Amino acid sequence: MVTIREFEELTRRLYKEHVIQGALHLYIGEEATAVGACAALRPDDYILSTHRGHGHCIAKGGDLKKMLAELAGRRTGYCRGRGGSMHLFAPDIGLMGGNGIVGGGIPLALGVAYAVRYNETDQVVVCFFSDGASNQGTWHESMNMAALWNLPLIFLCENNQYAATTPVADTLCVPDVARRAAGYGMPGEVVDGMDVEAVREATARAVSRARLGEGPSLIECVTFRYEAHCMVLADHRKRPKGETERWQGHDPIDLLEKRLLNDKQATSEEIASLRQSVLDKLQEAEFFARESEFPDPEEFRAEHERGNWQCVR
Amino acid sequence: MRQIRYTQALNEALHEEMERDPSVMQLGEDIGPYGGVWEIHRGLLSKFGPMRVRQTPISECGFIGLAVGAAMSGLRPVVEIMYIDFITTAMDQVINQAAKLPLMSGGAVKVPLVIRGEQGSGTREAAQHSQNLESWFVHTPGLKVVMPSTPYDAKGLLKSAIRDDEPVMFLEHRLLYGEKGEVPEGEYVVPIGEGIVRREGKDLTVVSTSYFLLKVLEAAQTLEAEGIDVEVIDPRTLMPLDINLIVNSVQKTGKLLVVQEATVVASMGAEIVRQVVETAFDALQATPRVIGNAHVPMPYSPVLEDTCMPSRGDLLETIRQMAVGTRSKRIVS
Repeated sequence: MVTIREFEELTRRLYKEHVIQGALHLYIGEEATAVGACAALRPDDYILSTHRGHGHCIAKGGDLKKMLAELAGRRTGYCRGRGGSMHLFAPDIGLMGGNGIVGGGIPLALGVAYAVRYNETDQVVVCFFSDGASNQGTWHESMNMAALWNLPLIFLCENNQYAATTPVADTLCVPDVARRAAGYGMPGEVVDGMDVEAVREATARAVSRARLGEGPSLIECVTFRYEAHCMVLADHRKRPKGETERWQGHDPIDLLEKRLLNDKQATSEEIASLRQSVLDKLQEAEFFARESEFPDPEEFRAEHERGNWQCVR
Repeated sequence: MRQIRYTQALNEALHEEMERDPSVMQLGEDIGPYGGVWEIHRGLLSKFGPMRVRQTPISECGFIGLAVGAAMSGLRPVVEIMYIDFITTAMDQVINQAAKLPLMSGGAVKVPLVIRGEQGSGTREAAQHSQNLESWFVHTPGLKVVMPSTPYDAKGLLKSAIRDDEPVMFLEHRLLYGEKGEVPEGEYVVPIGEGIVRREGKDLTVVSTSYFLLKVLEAAQTLEAEGIDVEVIDPRTLMPLDINLIVNSVQKTGKLLVVQEATVVASMGAEIVRQVVETAFDALQATPRVIGNAHVPMPYSPVLEDTCMPSRGDLLETIRQMAVGTRSKRIVS
């Protein structure tokens, strides 16, 4: 969670320097959902991510260097500079892609889960999506088919309270996304998305069902996006007074830190040293990204023979 | 005359049309208290209330369908799509429903609907946020397609689109949103289907719309110093297309270049060339050309995105080569 938090702070700095350009959606505040969910998975399990996907990639074991290089558009990035922030693909760690279209990845998750059944393995698929995406037709269609065909798919909703600038109360006809599970005949559960252990336990239950062939589940992690929808909007400044601060009082990292100290599972020195090691790794990743070469346009043109390049120049 | 931004011109058109006609309503994501992510809906919710300014969930297929149904029932919905790329999730409602119902119903229903939103490349937003889709809509019978390049046209054409009884795709460009231009205070409309000569010239006709038009005008200005006299035509509406304006110009200059941001294969530029070749072949003194984005999903990395789009230098070089009448340099990779 500390890695994700600090990674996002670093991307914010690099965006201001124009090292990272275009669309950048920060995950700060939501770290416990990605980390809790991925902690319940095996390395060979799959996840599908969203436009706000850095946390998912890190939690699934993503290489910080390759991630940051991708965000900086370098040839050493996960997608050789083609995808950028919203489109991290790393099948080697089970990450089957971020997505720039809200709800666009959900049917893909259905397909990955179908392939798992087809190949008769006991892998599972976690599909991350938001409260916003739960209003897309793709979500409802996929919920139905996943249940109908008993697929090993966990619908993991990150209810971060806002769809871009619009509060969840203005977009959902029921108070909880999880209630919708009943309409598709699968279990639906609401968990505290700021509590990494609660998320892990709920995901572990769903994973166990899925591995046993008992079908899909829906988990709604109630969480909060501290920052704006993306770097060019300022919606976080227009929220009700005190709302962000209230959630920050229930911060996922603080919560875990306090618990570890109280239960004497870690000392404050150990936590400080962990934090330092995260910063060191990120510094290395930043150096790697900055020093990496950009992709070669000539090579790109040669790769895409059908590009009609004579019409560009 | 006063100068206002493109977004303000759109905002004024929405305010004025909603005041003029109580059947005009707005639909879209984030258009409520925030005023739309592009701030084009500022002040509408507080003035007209939530029934007429309906902020929606992220359910494009659903709310565009809603707009079609409401239009069949006498309302005049104006829908905002945040990025044109997102309309792909609602294409059944646009292509099979909105475009077809007026004819299939034998005129029993009308669909006075406007779907407006921005498109464009060049902002490092990668393949799912960088498309220019006007040619898809032009290809679909039953839709009008409008692409204003100035604040004046944005306001005047949006008012015409809202008053039109057919579905209109109103395509903006996010890099035009900050551009300022002259817009008069009072009421006016710009008719759908009329192009405009942006610059008169005798050596070459260049047809361009939206954000790329600004690049073409700048190039024409630069080339004037070299003695190259470019005529620039902005069709403003792609369907119906003011083909006579283009043909008349080509009959004068003998040369046609279409400059677009959309990918070139099976595109509007290709269509303009087809129509000119079929109606004015004898007037052509050189091979007509289209330049535009490469036929690849847009890559993220700035160096790659730049290689997929015609640059200022590409544009100048293409016009120079065509103006002197030699066949253009071709890079085949």
